[in-house]
Amino acid sequence: MRDSLIQFAPALPEIFVLAMVSLILVIDAAVDDGKRTIAYVLSLVTLAGAAFLTVRDFSTMPVLALGGLFIDDPLADVLKLFLYLTVAAVLVYSRDYLRERGLYKGEFFVLSLFALLGMMVMVSASHFLTLYLGLELLSLSLYAMVALQRDSSMATEAAMKYFVLGALASGMLLYGMSMVYGVTGSLALGDMAQMLSDGTDLRIPLVFGIVFIVAGVAFKLGAVPFHMWVPDVYHGAPTAMTLFIGSAPKIAAFAFAVRILGQGLESQVAEWRDMLVILAVLSMAVGNIAAIAQSNLKRMFAYSTISHMGFMLLGILAGSQSGYGSAMFYVLVYALMSLGGFGMILLLSRAGFEADQLDDFRGLNRRSPWLAFLMLLLMFSMAGIPPAVGFYAKLAVLQAVVEIGYVWLAVVAVLLSLVGAFYYLRIVKLMYFDAPHDTAPIVASPDARLIMSANGLAILALGILPQPLMAICVHAIGASF
Amino acid sequence: MFGQSILSLVIWVPILAGVVVLATGSDRNAPLARWIALAGALLGLIVAFPLVSGFDTGTSAMQFVEKREWIPVINAFYHLGVDGISMPLILLNSFITVLVVIAGWQVIQDKVAQYMAAFLIMSGLINGVFAALDGILFYVFFEGMLIPLYLIIGVWGGPNRVYAAIKFFLYTLLGSLLMLVSMIYLYFQSGGSFDIQTWHATTLGMTAQTLMFFAFLLAFGVKVPMWPVHTWLPDAHVEAPTGGSVVLAAITLKVGAYGFLRFILPILPDASHELAWFVIMLSLIAVVYIGLVALVQADMKKLIAYSSIAHMGFVTLGFFLFNPLGWEGGLVQMISHGFVSAALFLCIGVMYDRLHSRQIKDYGGLASKMPVFAAFFMLFAMANAGLPATSGFVGEFMVIMAATQVNFWYALIAATTLITGAAYTLWMYKRVVFGSVTNPKVEAMRDIGAREILLLGVLAVCVLGMGLYPKPFTDVMHVSVIDLLAHVAQSKLP
Repeated sequence: MRDSLIQFAPALPEIFVLAMVSLILVIDAAVDDGKRTIAYVLSLVTLAGAAFLTVRDFSTMPVLALGGLFIDDPLADVLKLFLYLTVAAVLVYSRDYLRERGLYKGEFFVLSLFALLGMMVMVSASHFLTLYLGLELLSLSLYAMVALQRDSSMATEAAMKYFVLGALASGMLLYGMSMVYGVTGSLALGDMAQMLSDGTDLRIPLVFGIVFIVAGVAFKLGAVPFHMWVPDVYHGAPTAMTLFIGSAPKIAAFAFAVRILGQGLESQVAEWRDMLVILAVLSMAVGNIAAIAQSNLKRMFAYSTISHMGFMLLGILAGSQSGYGSAMFYVLVYALMSLGGFGMILLLSRAGFEADQLDDFRGLNRRSPWLAFLMLLLMFSMAGIPPAVGFYAKLAVLQAVVEIGYVWLAVVAVLLSLVGAFYYLRIVKLMYFDAPHDTAPIVASPDARLIMSANGLAILALGILPQPLMAICVHAIGASF
Repeated sequence: MFGQSILSLVIWVPILAGVVVLATGSDRNAPLARWIALAGALLGLIVAFPLVSGFDTGTSAMQFVEKREWIPVINAFYHLGVDGISMPLILLNSFITVLVVIAGWQVIQDKVAQYMAAFLIMSGLINGVFAALDGILFYVFFEGMLIPLYLIIGVWGGPNRVYAAIKFFLYTLLGSLLMLVSMIYLYFQSGGSFDIQTWHATTLGMTAQTLMFFAFLLAFGVKVPMWPVHTWLPDAHVEAPTGGSVVLAAITLKVGAYGFLRFILPILPDASHELAWFVIMLSLIAVVYIGLVALVQADMKKLIAYSSIAHMGFVTLGFFLFNPLGWEGGLVQMISHGFVSAALFLCIGVMYDRLHSRQIKDYGGLASKMPVFAAFFMLFAMANAGLPATSGFVGEFMVIMAATQVNFWYALIAATTLITGAAYTLWMYKRVVFGSVTNPKVEAMRDIGAREILLLGVLAVCVLGMGLYPKPFTDVMHVSVIDLLAHVAQSKLP
């Protein structure tokens, strides 16, 4: 191991984030409550620094490092950049909200950054061990974040549910991994793919292993029938935590699924495609239909997330590069929309008041035409109506599905998205057609407003010119496979 | 300087004007918003004039073509162009937008800037629908125009507006989503292209053609609207503000009919021939049955809405007769219906502004109180009934002639509209305008002012002009229609 030092270089952003988290942990312990902004600023600096390192060492081709545990490829780098962006937006959106609820503490920032580190490891993993390690680091941080509001019984309950079900899913995942390991004799995705493409006699253990792995992945994505935790956790957690859970981890979960299914088990696409078809159809159906019945916006978004993950699975199940590219585009667009949706709830909330009921959006156009317009864009984007970018996300995955000859699946998907359009339209109806319920002025800090405007306008701008983001996804996938 | 991008101007000038109007903000600046909106609408009409003056009626090729890279990843282009079929529709739309802005001048007092902006943005998007030559670009405009219309109906509409707006949106979305799947399928069949003209040349098997035929038929049939997917239209019309009704009837319905000529017939010619009987049957049901339904309406807007469905039945009937007279008749009927229905909805708007009722029974004896208005209303009612010398006659007559060439019974059934159309329109006119004044509120009604005379006068000129001398219109579309028909006559089976 002569060049062991150089081997660490591809993981520099991860190392930097880890060092900074430790630093923030120590510094935060030393300052008193009035100076929590130090942790906030340091967290943003961490994100900026990691982004700088990622861009500086942007890889044009896959580089294996740390003895094959870690891979640095364009896919990982692009996803990491979007993770930094998403986490930064989460921090800005949630600052006022946390302060008003006594949650503005170092723990939030430390846990956010640990979760980020877990996600970075996940997107850069080329080995079952690192994949699992990253996933657990992310999950444990999220459990703790949900439970951070100690005096809220709902948050505690949500954290318990999340933890118990999450542990179960991790167990299933590990079980599946161990079976695949038994068949292939390797934990490294590259070796595994090599081995499996040559064929194996051990079909039954392999298929069993794939079933458990798919179940584990489906749980992390929140796909039906492994979705039970999603509405409760989204609803119970403080909105700032919901914002976090609903955005960045989906990007990591996408990477997780593509790394395992698309890279490790690539040759077994015939086995896992049908499982994903079932997951996707059920998710789109249950997500869209159950969302109609919700009166709480966070719960509604939870079900909408389930349906969006179903759509994203359509791209993955195509099992082609264009399919993975479309799923990647979908998940990035979804993260952007999810940020905006939950960000809007945070923006409209104030001390002692949560704007998480549908009724709280009544007459928003009279209270603030600009915010209503941004929310309108978000809703039409989620519904997949052009010129919002959500349309192109749906178009891309549908294209991937039609390409492999599953036209019927595309028809099912669009019919279910028609069901989904109803509840998004209902939000627009509340904002524009109804008179306001709540007439208190909207207090939001200028930086949160600025991020909100940028977020909403990005949806429109990417909808008019989707080429840059689509090309990034296609190239990242193309250069990493 | 802008010679190369007239179509872009036609699309983007109204949209940008709409954004500027939005920027005027709250109702304190309402007068400013109105004037900017008017200027934007007029500018939008002026930039469309070169389409007429520079139009070459001797070719069916696309004119004023613009093609730029848009989304290379999926091979979608910003590709615009017009032929003799789409050019008049763009002009009609730009023209109606000006009228709509003027019509909402005093009536709309709440959120004026948003109202005007919604119409301007929608006008630009609709021009985009007629000009797009790329499937994805078409779809973006086609769906995008639903958003402003949804808001127009929902925000400024009548008491039951929420139901109407959501029904309208979901109904039209259902059709377009299946069309989207068909477009993606066509993309792969044509070797990775979203170009509509490439699709015209793509060979397709009969099964694929039949399935796509129904997908497209649903998308455009809902918009036209054809029986039995028409039920959203009466609701949307009744609840929409006057301007919304005008645009719905005069323009959005034409989008559906236009889709038949741009997509269904040339891309799926074999399925179209095979299933022509089906569309003809639906069209004849629309003409006869919906005509009878119109007869019993108590609400004037509903009556005109049903009459629109019956008139659009003529358009689809004409298209599926596969002869030049039928197609040109259908197209003339589209334009004529654009003028006549716009005028009738404006007339109802005039009455509604004064009495706040659309019920026929609340009126009576208007002739003595509003003689000038009554005269205009008479002209438009006659045009709606298809009286010779009005534009309404030309299109219907051409389609009936075309139908005679194909099948006598088609022509006979279609011709019953001359009776029912006259019956429901003139009976309504009689009850509203003639007789003695029974409602004391009618006593207090003032005759129309200069602004309203201008609106109705301009439309009256159009209706009479087109009725007396339709040749300029048919000249523009003639070559395009003949060539497209020749294309549709060729089988595309592999």
